[in-house]
Amino acid sequence: MRPILLKGHERPLTFIRYNREGDLLFTCAKDHHPTLWYGDTGERVGTYVGHNGAVWTCDVSDDSSTLLTGSADTTAKLWDAKTGECYFTFTFDQPVRAVALAHGGKRAAITTDPFMGVPSAIHIVEIDLEDRSRQTARVIRRIDGPQGRVTRVLWGPLNRTVITGGEDGIIRSWDAENGEVLKISQEHSKQIQHLSMSEDGSHFISASLDKTAKVFDSETLECMKTYSADRPVNAAILSPIRDHIVLGGGQDAMSVTTTSSKAGKFDSKIYHKIFEEEIGGIRGHFGPINALAFNPDGRSFTSGGEDGYVRIHPLDNSYFEIP
Amino acid sequence: MDAIPSNFPRDEDGFVDWNKVDVESVELPRDEFERAGLDKPVEAEIEELKQESGFASVIVVDNLPMIAEAKYAKLLSVLTKIFSQIGTIREGGLLMPQDDSKTSLGFAFIEYENEQQAQSAVDQTNGYQLDKKHVFKVCKFDDFEKYEKVPDEYVAPPPKPFAKRENTQAWMMDQRGRDQFVCRFGDETEIFWNDPQTKKGEDVYTRTHWTESYVQWSPKGSFLATVHRQGVALWGGESFGRIAKYAHNAVQFIEFSPCERFLATGSTHEPSKAGETTQVLVNFFDTRSGAKLRTFTGPISDFIAEGQQGLTWPVFKWAGQSNGKCGAFFAKIATGAISVYEAPEMTLVDKKSIKLPGVVDFCWSPADPILSCFQPEQNGGNVPARLSLIGLPSKQEVRSKNLFNVVGVNMHWQSGGDYFAAKILRTTKSKKSTYSGFELFRLREPNCPMEVLELPNKAEKIVAFAWEPKGHRFAIIHGDGARPDVSFYSMKDKQGNNNCTLIGTIKNKTANHLFWSPNGRVVILAGLKTMNGQFEFFDVDAMDTMASVEHFMATDVEWDPTGRFVTTAVTSVHQMENGYHMWTFNGKLLYKYGKDRFFQFLWRPRGKSLLSPEQEADIEKNIKKYSKRFEEIDEKIRNEADSSAASEKRIKEEKWRNWLESKKAIRETQAYKAAEADVVGETQANSRKDFVETTVIEEEILSIVEEPI
Repeated sequence: MRPILLKGHERPLTFIRYNREGDLLFTCAKDHHPTLWYGDTGERVGTYVGHNGAVWTCDVSDDSSTLLTGSADTTAKLWDAKTGECYFTFTFDQPVRAVALAHGGKRAAITTDPFMGVPSAIHIVEIDLEDRSRQTARVIRRIDGPQGRVTRVLWGPLNRTVITGGEDGIIRSWDAENGEVLKISQEHSKQIQHLSMSEDGSHFISASLDKTAKVFDSETLECMKTYSADRPVNAAILSPIRDHIVLGGGQDAMSVTTTSSKAGKFDSKIYHKIFEEEIGGIRGHFGPINALAFNPDGRSFTSGGEDGYVRIHPLDNSYFEIP
Repeated sequence: MDAIPSNFPRDEDGFVDWNKVDVESVELPRDEFERAGLDKPVEAEIEELKQESGFASVIVVDNLPMIAEAKYAKLLSVLTKIFSQIGTIREGGLLMPQDDSKTSLGFAFIEYENEQQAQSAVDQTNGYQLDKKHVFKVCKFDDFEKYEKVPDEYVAPPPKPFAKRENTQAWMMDQRGRDQFVCRFGDETEIFWNDPQTKKGEDVYTRTHWTESYVQWSPKGSFLATVHRQGVALWGGESFGRIAKYAHNAVQFIEFSPCERFLATGSTHEPSKAGETTQVLVNFFDTRSGAKLRTFTGPISDFIAEGQQGLTWPVFKWAGQSNGKCGAFFAKIATGAISVYEAPEMTLVDKKSIKLPGVVDFCWSPADPILSCFQPEQNGGNVPARLSLIGLPSKQEVRSKNLFNVVGVNMHWQSGGDYFAAKILRTTKSKKSTYSGFELFRLREPNCPMEVLELPNKAEKIVAFAWEPKGHRFAIIHGDGARPDVSFYSMKDKQGNNNCTLIGTIKNKTANHLFWSPNGRVVILAGLKTMNGQFEFFDVDAMDTMASVEHFMATDVEWDPTGRFVTTAVTSVHQMENGYHMWTFNGKLLYKYGKDRFFQFLWRPRGKSLLSPEQEADIEKNIKKYSKRFEEIDEKIRNEADSSAASEKRIKEEKWRNWLESKKAIRETQAYKAAEADVVGETQANSRKDFVETTVIEEEILSIVEEPI
């Protein structure tokens, strides 16, 4: 089927997030304005104006009422998703990279980049979705991060752990209560670009510049599957209904100019989750893919590229006939 | 003050009274000299002594004729003549002792100006044949002690216990007739079987940091040579154990003789001081024993033609192997001459080089000891340029041709040594433009007849030329534009007579390189470099294109030794897309392999077939009968691979499902549910589970209008 091309961002995309029902699509880009779209038609609903730097990540509450964004302007903001009004700002001394709301939405993990000699950190804050006026900037726990950036953060089962991936290629699971490192996985040899949790929370997928994506057990951090690609992988996602994964990436911007667009490998690739075999690919972007998200109904997915475009790829019937 | 020794006479104020110091008696402590940067006096003296009366620059020449007084002066002058070529003999430095009856004792001492000259005299004259009976034995005087210690009686060394060596031909016995290749990527060197049935390279042997620069197969594939800073190592057999090593510091280039019995290693050494020239060092080894057979060393000018700049390996070129004889000729170019040596004696054939004034290039026939060489015009055009074929060891000219207005010559031998082609680039009379032509020689005909071939448009640029291996055809890429033409010629006409005829020309091809299958018939027209890796698989028998494919940015094309498969590779000259593609001979892609920092891909060469041409013809005739067995094996392997892949998939799936179930079971427990409710809140935990999507259709009657028809 013909993909829906969403034009709205002026700079490379950084992150894409569907709400729980899949009818709303939030996109973040290096321009300063996260944007909300209708998930099915691709019609733009509006933008969230207030950030002063690239917006790296966002997360939306289960009831789709509240949006949390993290930006390089050293702030994380809470927005009323419906009105586009920013009602609270967490201000840090370092650029914010990854944000994630805990299950239930009572807490959030916010990571900051190393900056001016201060190492990276994971901040756990309390979120009050019930009564916005009671929201405070209090950080419950500040965990000193590893060397280099923490690029993505996920909440583990029952909010007991926080799982991070970073510049050093190491995936760590931290005790959310006392900030101790519980498990370490050194399966990737280069920077982790993206982490994405499965529907049931039992496993998650990582994307790395070492040209692989891997599936890990979210409790033991045991590597269960490896998908080898021929390009640096910037994003990888799990299909919510089929045993498939989608990964995307491409040659980084610096080396792209030395190859033709044909050789840039800017298509998204579908792999079989269990057999680790490539099934197919979908072309479209003319820059590396930076972000991917599956619609929770599993019938379409969305990609965002370095080229500034967002593409909604509806999966047609022939896809569902693949064994 | 502290530096002054306390035993110096001092005045009342404690200062040294210099008037009273006996200067002669002052002796600085030893390390004081070092601190001052001076030589230690005692050592310096000894060193000087060594220089004056040491024997480092003296050599001993033994095995001279013992002659009477009458002939003494004559021999002396002969010796002076021989040895003064190498260096300057000191005045009175040639001494040939005589006994009481004035008969010489059969040896002489020669003193050179310095040690280097003495060393090169030993290197060059040891083994020099003066006449039939007398071969010089030359050594340095300093080695006297070493030779003195040699026991008078020969004691045979104890025989080494027999150690079974692995069969270095084992890979040729593969039941399925597969071929091996070696890949070098990153720090890894890996050897694979090419398996067309399972469509992948099957691992044979991997080793990290196996080589420090590159690897190379020996010409018959028995060994793999790895090149290191200290020298070369050979590996082989089923387990790829080390078979031998050859020491050569900073070795840069290696070259096997075609029979694998000899190995040449070469290196250049940049001058350490201004005014010196680059030195070249080439060692010849016996591959099996590891013994060093001969060393060639000297300034770079000894190894290149007159007026040439820089050195191109191989400096020594091996002659084609003649009729199974495992000795071989090898040759190097020198100023106005080609020096041909003979292995295993490693001596100059006839003790002198072939004089060819101005010679710039030479080439051996791949099958016979025949040299082709080219001498450009001399004396400003008064002596014409000359192309000649010289047979060894007779040094007789097989054929030669004088040429005029020549700018450059490229020499091409056909793989069987049956034909020889020279591409000649000439200038027109006005000297303003150039044109090309070919001189074709038939080596197998009596008197070696010759033919001249010119393309219809002789001003066109010749991009590439290649003989069909084992055949009588050749291909030429010619044209000035971005899409040149490719022409095919045969050395025989349709009636089978010896006439060079055009088979056909195909127009406008993206090709700049030609890669013939080692069995002939198929040629790949390759567009490398600026043409970005376009390949056309062309069948010359049918004059038809079998496939046109692309391997983006490919840099290398390698046919397997049987001509069944071919690989195209992107090596690390490009940053991106490193790896190789495996194709069948007719251009079908079998599989791809990608690895970053991909340096080298080499098929393992095969030894010569043991079958006679009749037997081969028989197999070709009854191919169905012979191929049946292999097809059965292939079929079996395919089925096995399919069923094993299927069962592997089943196991994988089962494992994954079980794991998911176990996780689900944990989530279903009461304890977990309670914890979950605690974390996300009762209602939310339930709402997540009970979330059901429903479609509700609401109909509302807005208005009813009746329309009369």
